[in-house]
Amino acid sequence: MSMEVDWAPAGAARQTGRTETPARRRRDPVLTGAAIFGAVFFVFGLIHLNFDYGQLWKGTLAFVRSWAYLFPPNAAEWQPILAAALETLYVAVVGTVLAVAVAFVLAFFAAENVAPKTAPLVKGFVSLLRAVPTLVWALIFIVAVGMGPLPGILAIFTHAVGMLTKMFAQSIEEVDEGVLEALRATGAGWLQVMLQGVLPCVATSFLAWSVFRLEVDIGESTILGVVGAGGIGWEMANAMRNYEFDTASFVGMVIFAMVYSVEFATNRLKNRIRLRG
Amino acid sequence: MSAILEIRNLRKRYADGTLALKDVSLRVHRGEFVAVIGPSGAGKSTLLRCINRLVEPSGGSIIVNGVDAVKASGRQIRRLRREVGMIFQQFNLVERVTVLRNVLHGRLGYRNPIAGALGLFSRQEIEEAKNILRRLGLHEQMYKRADELSGGQQQRVGIARALSQKPLIILADEPIASLDPATSETIMQILSAICREDGITCLVNLHQVDVAKRYADRIIGIRQGTVVFDGPPEALDDKAVGKVYGP
Repeated sequence: MSMEVDWAPAGAARQTGRTETPARRRRDPVLTGAAIFGAVFFVFGLIHLNFDYGQLWKGTLAFVRSWAYLFPPNAAEWQPILAAALETLYVAVVGTVLAVAVAFVLAFFAAENVAPKTAPLVKGFVSLLRAVPTLVWALIFIVAVGMGPLPGILAIFTHAVGMLTKMFAQSIEEVDEGVLEALRATGAGWLQVMLQGVLPCVATSFLAWSVFRLEVDIGESTILGVVGAGGIGWEMANAMRNYEFDTASFVGMVIFAMVYSVEFATNRLKNRIRLRG
Repeated sequence: MSAILEIRNLRKRYADGTLALKDVSLRVHRGEFVAVIGPSGAGKSTLLRCINRLVEPSGGSIIVNGVDAVKASGRQIRRLRREVGMIFQQFNLVERVTVLRNVLHGRLGYRNPIAGALGLFSRQEIEEAKNILRRLGLHEQMYKRADELSGGQQQRVGIARALSQKPLIILADEPIASLDPATSETIMQILSAICREDGITCLVNLHQVDVAKRYADRIIGIRQGTVVFDGPPEALDDKAVGKVYGP
């Protein structure tokens, strides 16, 4: 038992030569430097961009006026648009599910506590996948395999593997060391410790991350269409290119309904997972 | 009586330079119930973990039932571990699975790697696990999730997991340090009764000298990585306690 001494008689301070008032907290030089740099960078940015504030104002007005073009939304081509929406969903779901399966395996080799030998290598590899944005992956895969939903699936898969492996591995690293020790002490081998000990501890968080990623990927999949990787984004880009703003606004509504309802569903799902966990 | 465990000149230095065990030698006979006492950081936990190689010894030898644990290869370590049950201060159960499954984990060392990983156990193993739970008074809790149980119940599951290994030796690392006095008493009674009935040799790390004196056949006092007392409980007088814990 040790008692924390947070006071001392005035004499004690005098003896050690300390003054009565405690030392003031120093400013962190790194944070201060970063704040100054940020401020300077902002000002330089403003100067370099050479803003015409009158233009900004006019542009805003024009933008508000252009809302008129969007109404009424034109649903004449609702069949191909809904089919494209469905394709967007397919791309997101297929890409995410494949990524979950691969990340599930990779994560056990990326977690420091259960695979110290392979962890740095696997972690480095997946951070590379993550560093390249999904959209850039899509452009790369379009060059490789041509336009359509396939490069979209590959792009989503690649980036999601990067992110999910990291998140899954983090969950594994949070598993209580005592549990691992107890299972090793029974004579269990590595695979047995992973599936019987680690997996039950991380299953709900794996599930929650996967659902979250699906949500993100439906958004990503929408955008991917714009660069030609299939789906509803393509319809949006086409409508805009042809100045069919009323069709574009209908596409926008479909996208909104789709993303919103997926988010609604996944939120319910995540609540359920939390209740079980 | 034959020695089931013989430790000679065991030494352990951790990577950070701490010398946890200086030179420990001791013989434990089949069926003995040994309490290991000593202040925090004396090396009690390290000693226990060297026996089943959860900690790598730096030198010396540990003969468990005729096999040198220090020289054992990966495969031999697995064989050794399944014959040595372990009980922990924090119980260390897999909290999100059932009590029964936690007990079956004690069989993993006996199953082939794939079947064990998939959690496939034989009908006989499941029956035996249920019998062990019945014996420990946990039959009703069998299908509950482990984290629904109280601390004392969880520790009984810990004991059941060790028993399902059909162990020669049980190592108990501070098994009652996280429990209230009444529950502690129950756990010690269960542990000592079962080890005596089944003829299991048991090494228990303990903080409480009075508990050690009441339950153990023999007490080993450790201080700063060396054995400073080794004898029957009657011989542990105030002077001896002073040697273990004193200034």
